[in-house]
Amino acid sequence: MEFRDNKAIYLQIAEYVCDHILLEKWKTDEKVPSVREMAVDLEVNPNTVMRTYELLQNKNIINNKRGIGFFVTENAVANVKSYRRGEFMDNELPSVFRNIYLLNIGFNELENRYNTYVKETFNV
Amino acid sequence: MIEIKNLNFGYSKKKLLFKDLSMQLKAGHIYGLLGKNGAGKSSLLKNMAGLVYAFSGKIDVIGYNPAKRQPALLKEICFIPEEFYLPSVKIDSYVKANAAFYSNFDHNYFGDLLAEFDIPVDQKLVNMSYGQKKKLIIAFGLATKAQLIIMDEPTNGLDIPSKAQFRKIMAAALTDDRCIIISTHQVRDLDNLIDTVIMLDESCVALKASVEEITKKLCFKRIKELDDTVIYAEPSLSGYHALMPNYHDEDSKLDMELLFNAVLAEKIKIKAAFN
Repeated sequence: MEFRDNKAIYLQIAEYVCDHILLEKWKTDEKVPSVREMAVDLEVNPNTVMRTYELLQNKNIINNKRGIGFFVTENAVANVKSYRRGEFMDNELPSVFRNIYLLNIGFNELENRYNTYVKETFNV
Repeated sequence: MIEIKNLNFGYSKKKLLFKDLSMQLKAGHIYGLLGKNGAGKSSLLKNMAGLVYAFSGKIDVIGYNPAKRQPALLKEICFIPEEFYLPSVKIDSYVKANAAFYSNFDHNYFGDLLAEFDIPVDQKLVNMSYGQKKKLIIAFGLATKAQLIIMDEPTNGLDIPSKAQFRKIMAAALTDDRCIIISTHQVRDLDNLIDTVIMLDESCVALKASVEEITKKLCFKRIKELDDTVIYAEPSLSGYHALMPNYHDEDSKLDMELLFNAVLAEKIKIKAAFN
């Protein structure tokens, strides 16, 4: 897997797991890959994956059934969304705002663009 | 797993390579040993494996003094040197002659590793390419099931698919009772595999910290303009790759090369950031 330069590896792995949950590749009560499987798959240190899994446990996205492994929690999708929302608001939005300010982009223009984008991309 | 205390070592008494060097290494980690050419990476590894002897100081490896070279310890050490010699025999005779020294040698695991590394089994070892030989001694070393795995520049000579294969094999090889130490200049090959960085410079340990600790104290960032919070920076196309104290609890990705150069250039500031 190709990692980006601008974010800690353990957070990028968290994103990867969250994506799988949002895309329903891993569903509620299903087992996620073990720490070792994930480490081998992504060619990273198992301790890094452990750190990811601890974070996702704290966010109640996965839980640890002792001796069996890690499983997707019941409210995983909702919890992923709220975790991602926080990440977006804190980390990504500021640089978008910066560009909006520097380039004098009006909110009306943004809103129109946003609506068109949603319509074209998600057909709603 | 390893305790080094006040180690004084050199190849001549007049010029010490290590002065009062101390460190502790624990099981369950992959340590990345970094340092300039001649900083003493290989010599430190050889001290741990009992291949060279210190003038004074103490080295303890799982309760043994490696300089005594007791079989009970040697079977728990897998040492992959940068330069090595292999005899003119085939793999099975090599294993027959050498595996007996390692009571936990795992023949099935060895077979799996040979297959994973795509090493031809019918060829004489001397006729193999450097990369194939290297992969063979790595496979043999891991199959000894030793608790301490020491590797000196393991990815040198490995082709691109073998490097990925190597990372997978090492990720799988790290268990709670094993300690893995890898010295390398090829940090890009291994930076996601290493969980603790040890950097040697000027006869001592310039830095020893886990990736988590490092990124807690320091922030690796791309910035447009330098300001006085920056500890060290290198110019890039879009500004600078900079290293600065992590004031805002940011989770950045450790850039091993930038860290390496920063430690060499700004040792005092880096030390200060960790205190």
